[in-house]
Amino acid sequence: MELIIQLKDVYKDYVMGNSVVKAVCNVNLDIRKGDFIAIIGPSGSGKSTMMNLVGALDIATRGDIFLDNINIEHVQESELAQIRGEKIGFVFQTFNLIPTLTAIENIALPMIFQGISKEERMKKAEEILEQVKLMHRRNHFPNELSGGERQRVAIGRALANNPEVILADEPTGNLDTKTGKTALEILKKLNKQGKTIIMVTHNLEMAKYANKVIKLKDGKIVK
Amino acid sequence: MKDYFFLALKNIKRRKLRSWLTIIGILIGIAAIVALISISQGMEDTINEQFEKMGTNKIIIMPGGEIEGIPGMMSGMMAEYLTEDDVETIEKAKGVEIVSPIIAKVSKVEYSKEKAYTFIYAWSMDKRKEIWEDMMEIAQGRDLEEKDKHCVVVGDDINDLFDKEVKIGSKLEIENESFRVVGILKPTGGRDNDLAVYMELKIAQELFDTNEFMTIYVQIKDGFEPTQVGENIKKELRKAKDEKEGEESFSIQTSEQMLEAFGIVLNVIRVVLIGIASISLFVGGVGTMNTMYTSVLERTKEIGTMKAVGAKNSDILLIFLFESGLYGLIGGAVGIVLGLGISKGAELLASPYLGAGIFKVSMAWWLILGALLFSFVVGTISGVLPAMQAARLKPAEALRHE
Repeated sequence: MELIIQLKDVYKDYVMGNSVVKAVCNVNLDIRKGDFIAIIGPSGSGKSTMMNLVGALDIATRGDIFLDNINIEHVQESELAQIRGEKIGFVFQTFNLIPTLTAIENIALPMIFQGISKEERMKKAEEILEQVKLMHRRNHFPNELSGGERQRVAIGRALANNPEVILADEPTGNLDTKTGKTALEILKKLNKQGKTIIMVTHNLEMAKYANKVIKLKDGKIVK
Repeated sequence: MKDYFFLALKNIKRRKLRSWLTIIGILIGIAAIVALISISQGMEDTINEQFEKMGTNKIIIMPGGEIEGIPGMMSGMMAEYLTEDDVETIEKAKGVEIVSPIIAKVSKVEYSKEKAYTFIYAWSMDKRKEIWEDMMEIAQGRDLEEKDKHCVVVGDDINDLFDKEVKIGSKLEIENESFRVVGILKPTGGRDNDLAVYMELKIAQELFDTNEFMTIYVQIKDGFEPTQVGENIKKELRKAKDEKEGEESFSIQTSEQMLEAFGIVLNVIRVVLIGIASISLFVGGVGTMNTMYTSVLERTKEIGTMKAVGAKNSDILLIFLFESGLYGLIGGAVGIVLGLGISKGAELLASPYLGAGIFKVSMAWWLILGALLFSFVVGTISGVLPAMQAARLKPAEALRHE
């Protein structure tokens, strides 16, 4: 299978006052199209930092990260934003929906930044709403939705620009077991449709959905 | 662009109270500026109109020298008068057609055992009618005539001075002599004029035993330049009074110069008042900036999310600039309505004193459009720094923000 993400000798240091925290240390990783990868590890192991690096939300201190053959370490922020919007869909633990926007508007939001017309945005967002089974909640605001519904809207938003990769940071962290499973089922289904899924979790049960598990400890891959 | 506008609008709606407080800050400044411009523009229009009515072929001679380039401005404060000799000298000047001196005296006026002090204005009626046909418009009764001996015309507000109503035929006692009211004027636009009593010049000269004039009006001959005739009069008067150039005890104004002088005074007042109003708009701008900084802080995580889903720095910048611009625009729109309301109120308040229709505030389209644009610009400028802060946030850090 074709490589979609490649990390080569990646380091990420944080300077905290006088000390330097090595959050990610000499990580090499190949992710292929269609993979469903779970990154697990205790808190402070560098999971979230990895996630930020892979998702082009942060820049590595050293090393190269290739996303679809583009070295994202050597791109301008505005271009990086464009790449993020196009190629990656984010699902956050706290959903991160925009409270002033309705379910359908939240899903359509990433398309605004890609310059897609309103008509097309709404059409696509409706298709996604069908897909995550939330058509009946179309015009509801996030505070009118349940946790599970919110996460489905968030997953829907991640699908807006039809990205290659979906990055899910603890997607079930704020959900009960049952709704958490539903969210994972959706991710699994998307994986079957060909999407590459990278999920950060500390829940080993959830990691079972993945076909590849990467264990992090002290910023290094241990397994 | 339109989408950013709606995103911004939704944010303004989110925090209604804070938004309104921010908007009020802008609103007060804009309302004050609009009201002041509208009123002062109205004043300028009114003055222009009055001078237009007066015509450009008139010259006014007043006692007191020129001060700081504003002729005659101090005349009221000086104990100087023009005399009968001056009238004769002016009559001799080249280009002068009619010379009409005016007596103005504050005097005790008695009516049905009540006493009041007011201005007595006395003109030579035949000359006055030649110079200004419609200078004094009669509301009731008739105008004064040259042959009138013990007759007066009174201003529209004369009844403010006495409890018992002054009517046509009422007898007023001035300097122990009785005068019959033959006419009541329409409002003139000046409070002093509306409270005054008007009589024939010769009668007043006898009554007060005076030859001192407050003002001399001159009408120039056809084909002469007002400024040139003014210079001629000046030269003659200087010679007669034996005064040096620049040290005259009188000042001369053509109607145009007078209009200019009013314009200067009005502009000074306008600049000062609008300057003060601008301070309040500046404070409103600072308030908007504060709101925007709070908003950026509060929505840091949201900004991170938007960046994660593909928003560029410039997108975030625009969304926040639109938001602060909208505060300005809404504040401006409401402020304009309020400001025009205030100025209309001032017009209504002034009309009983000035006469209906004399003073009309300006509601020009350029004022409305200009104020709206200005308020949008003020709002946008106030948002520049907070918006830049928002745009520069690093996505990973912003997302970590709680």
